[in-house]
Order: sequence, then C-alpha cells, then structure tokens
Amino acid sequence: MKILVLAEISNGELAEDQTSKTVSAAAALGQVDVLCASNNCSDASTKIAKMEHVENVYVLEDELFAQGLAESYSETLLDTINSYSHVFAPSSSFGKNVLPRIGGMLDVMVISDVSKVISEDTFERPVYAGNAIQTVQSVDKVKLISVRTSNYSAVPSTGSANIKKIDCKGNNPLTTFIENKMQTSDRPELTSAKVVVSGGRGVGSKENFEIIEGLADKLGAAVGASRAAVDSGFAPNDWQVGQTGKVVAPDLYVAVGISGAIQHLAGMKDSKVIVAINKDEEAPIFQVADFGLVDDLFKAVPEIEKKV
Amino acid sequence: MKILVPVKRVLDYNVKARVKADGSGIDLANVKMSMNPFDEIALEEAIRLKEKGNAEEIIAVSIGVQQNQETLRTALAMGADRAILVVATDDVHNDIEPLTVANILAAIALKEGPSLVLCGKQAIDNDFNATAQMLSAKLKWSQATFASEIDVREDMVRVTREVDGGLQTIDAKIPAVVSVDLRLNEPRYASLPNIMKAKRKPLEEISPADLGVEITQRLKVIKTKEPDSREAGLILENIDQLVEKIQENVGG
Ligand SMILES: Cc1cc2nc3c(=O)[nH]c(=O)nc-3n(C[C@H](O)[C@H](O)[C@H](O)COP(=O)(O)OP(=O)(O)OC[C@H]3O[C@@H](n4cnc5c(N)ncnc54)[C@H](O)[C@@H]3O)c2cc1C
Repeated sequence: MKILVLAEISNGELAEDQTSKTVSAAAALGQVDVLCASNNCSDASTKIAKMEHVENVYVLEDELFAQGLAESYSETLLDTINSYSHVFAPSSSFGKNVLPRIGGMLDVMVISDVSKVISEDTFERPVYAGNAIQTVQSVDKVKLISVRTSNYSAVPSTGSANIKKIDCKGNNPLTTFIENKMQTSDRPELTSAKVVVSGGRGVGSKENFEIIEGLADKLGAAVGASRAAVDSGFAPNDWQVGQTGKVVAPDLYVAVGISGAIQHLAGMKDSKVIVAINKDEEAPIFQVADFGLVDDLFKAVPEIEKKV
Repeated sequence: MKILVPVKRVLDYNVKARVKADGSGIDLANVKMSMNPFDEIALEEAIRLKEKGNAEEIIAVSIGVQQNQETLRTALAMGADRAILVVATDDVHNDIEPLTVANILAAIALKEGPSLVLCGKQAIDNDFNATAQMLSAKLKWSQATFASEIDVREDMVRVTREVDGGLQTIDAKIPAVVSVDLRLNEPRYASLPNIMKAKRKPLEEISPADLGVEITQRLKVIKTKEPDSREAGLILENIDQLVEKIQENVGG
C-alpha cells in the first residue's frame, strides 16, 4: 500500500482544514505522502509537513497548478499517481473537479464522498442525499477517494515530514483561467466552523439576511443558507448547505426560516446540536432539531442576538 | 454545432428513498421516477443555446433500462431534436457506474461529433459527481464543471463555475464537456403540443455492445443501510430558554 493525498491549494493558499481532515481519513490505512502543487508552495508545504501521519511532502511549484484546473493534474501527473495504490482528496469543489478526471484517464472509478474507510478496499459513502449509506468494495488497482471531510477531525500539527521538490512535464492546452470572484470574509470558514447560523427563504431578502449575519457574528459563527435563499439572491452561492452545497457538522447549527427539505438536511444533519427557529410548527426541520422555537424570526432572532 | 445531453432516470427528488429490508439497495419498484434535476438544467441550457442560434441540433442520450424511454420522451418534449436510448440493463436496481456511462457516452460522442456535451453535475441517486469529468478525460476534451453561466464563443466556451470560495471563470476549448449547477437556469415544462410532437421525434435504441463497450462494475455494493436517525427534540416555550440552549452549546 502506498498512499497519496492531494493537498487543496489555491494560488499558494492551503485549504488547511480540508487537507488535514483528508490526511486524517487516509491515515486509517497508514502513513501518507502529500502532493503539494501550486504556483507558490512555501507556506503550504511547511504547514503540511507538520501534519501528523505525513511522511513526505512532494512540492511541485508551477504556475500550471495555481487555479486547481483538472487538466493540469490529469495531463501531467498520471505517472506519479499511478505509483500509488490509494489517492485521497477532499470532496470539495477542488477534489470533485480533479479526481474523477484522473479516474477517467486511468480507467478507474472514483469513490466519492467517503464517510468511513473500512479497509484498504472497502468504504462507506452516503447516497440519495444521505438517506442511505452504502458500503462499497473497489476492485480497481488504484483507489481514488474523495473524503467527506465533515466526518473527520483535523490531525494534530505534531509531525515533521520530509519536504521534497519534484518537477512535472507537460501543460494544459485545454482550459485557461480567466478570473476568480471569491467571497472574502472575517468569519470562520463554513466547513470548519464550530457554530453555523443559516437562513432560508423565510428571511425574505438580502437586507434581512443581516439579521442572520448579526447573530452569527455575535456567536463567532459562520453563515450558511438554504438553496432557496441562495437562488433568491439573499446569500452568495458558496454559503449553500446541502446535498449540492457544503456539508457541515458543527457543534451547533442554527436553522432560521428553513423548512428542512431532505436536500438541506443532507448537508447538516450530522451537526452535534441543531436548533431551529420557524414560525410553522409543522416544518420538517423540527423533526431533526434538538431544540426548536416556533416563532417569527424577525422578532426572535434580534432578541436572541441581544441576549446571548 | 451539435450538443449532446445525457439524461438519467432517477427516483423523483420529492420521493423519500427507502432502504430495502434486506439491505441490498433502495427500493425502486413502483415509485415515481423522473429526469435527474441537474440533467434538466443541462438540457434547458442546450435548448436556450439553440434558440440563441448557437446550436443546430440537440441529442439526448439515456443509459439504463428500457423505461428510460419515458425520460427521453420528456427530453424530446422539452426541445431535444432526437434521442438515443442505450439499454444497458433490465433491472432498475442495477445502477450503471459513471465510468461505464462515460465509456458509452465517449463512443457516442466520437460517432456524433458534438461540439459540446452538457451534463448535470451529479445524479441525485448515487451522488457521484463524476460522469462529466470522466467523459472529458476519456475524450481528452476540455472540462468545465459546476457551471452557473455558459457563454459559447468562436472556438471556446467561457464558463463561470461555482467553487467553494465563490466563482471561478475559465475558458474551455471546444469540443468541451461542461457539467451544470443549479443556478444556471430554471428548466421549462414541456407544453402539451410539444409532448404530442415529441412522440414523432426519432428515438433510436442501441445496446452497449453496438458501441463496443462492456458494462463493468468496479465498486461492488456490499450493503445499503439507513443512516443513523435523529430524534425530534424539544420545542421550547420561549426565547430565553432558547438563548440558554444556544449558550450551553457554543464552544461546548
Ligand atoms: C437537485 C436538487 C438539489 C438541491 N440541493 C439543495 C441544497 O444543497 N441545499 C438546500 O438547502 N436545498 C437544496 N435543494 C432545494 C430543497 O429541495 C428546498 O427547496 C430548499 O432547501 C428550501 O429552502 P428553504 O427551507 O429556505 O425554503 P422553504 O422550503 O420555502 O422554507 C421556508 C421556511 O421559512 C419559514 N418562515 C417563513 N417566514 C418566516 C418567519 N417570518 N419566521 C420564521 N420562519 C419563517 C417557513 O415556515 C418555511 O418553513 C435542492 C433541490 C433539488 C431539486
């Protein structure tokens, strides 16, 4: 067994939480190597080298990898990847973009969204928006695994891995990066926050969403949203929680004006404690909430913000 | 140019999936099946591109059981010009893996020569999110996943992608495989006259063997189980109680 983790790095910046949790999942099988590919890797590789369970950090500094384009990986790294029995990546938009393309090139299946590593060839993963958990056994020579990072804790920063530079040959003639429009925020990251406050269609408008943000800031929380809230333009797309958005599992999830459709529950029902505020006592969200308040959010949320 | 749109028949998104008592999978007997919602969005986009004059022909493809005909008739009623049904199994419970689907679609793409394949980003049953990426790899075409905006230009397509931190825009060389996200558009409903017209549009039926593709299964499903369920909790009397609960669980 030889295990590789693809670190998630955008423009030199390591997605530390996602990468560390992916290492944590992979470490169930043994020590791991991490591939750190970006235009600038000095900061990222130092952080990765400290992650427990990492043996070698392979540093590949090339402009080609600055933006996580799938072709950059699949056109240049197949030999490297082929020398491993297992390749893990976070099941983020980065991992979901890159890993299946590598699978197509190597003619192996990808095992998406793995929530549990049972053995070297057997894994658990949710299907049907988390309404069922499947155990699958892979017969492929290389196992390509994307990790549902919300199921794992980050590894401690007590390691001291070797850092080794490598080169790559090739280029990406197929896609060209134009621009990023990233949301910047001082709030904690949605997928790693200890507390998340989310708003739904019930919040009513972009302006009203400040009520949600106000409570979140008071609690030091990240802000999430339902698809309906994102589609209506109340919140940016990268706040969406659910089957097709982000999967979160904070200590506390506060759902405000969210009905609790299965597609939304898929992204938050592993939270430790769920609190729901909804004016409709029949709302399905109350079936999964540990604590519910049947009330008008415009009255309740500002008052809660004042009192917490 | 031609656009190829693969459409999958899945358990309707409003129907709750039930795990079979013997743990062998999800019960799909006598339940409502529909077109995968993401594929509807892909098809809608193809139709809009045709309406704008960017495309001449839209070919819908479905891979699975004989009953996928219904899904293809829906696609034709929405606006696809013709359809190809690849009958790959006679058991609805046999989900064809993305890798095999990609092999089949690659063979069709090589035959039909589309400039663009528009796929849904994931199927809401197996949630793999892999077919488009695998297909573009098989064809060695460019790949643009999770599109929320598509702008077809001369020899490339400019795609805005929904990524974790926000939005990323890339240019993908044509021919390209693009997978679409929820916010790209809102699919239309087929009108009654179009449903009638769709009955006369061509629907070709073939087998994977006709394309020289073998159906393989790389991931054996050992078992399917219900997730750990959550119990409904307490409905609190007032805001003060809720404040107390929030405080107990912040940083706890
Ligand atoms: C393929 C597919 C993928 C999807 N993926 C996702 C996903 O990833 N994430 C996601 O969230 N959804 C997803 N959805 C959509 C999902 O099915 C629901 O439509 C969506 O979650 C509903 O959002 P909501 O709860 O905010 O809106 P609604 O269902 O409209 O609920 C609004 C709630 O607000 C309450 N409310 C209204 N006013 C007030 C008030 N003043 N005070 C208190 N409460 C109030 C109402 O009682 C209601 O319960 C997906 C759907 C499909 C088809």
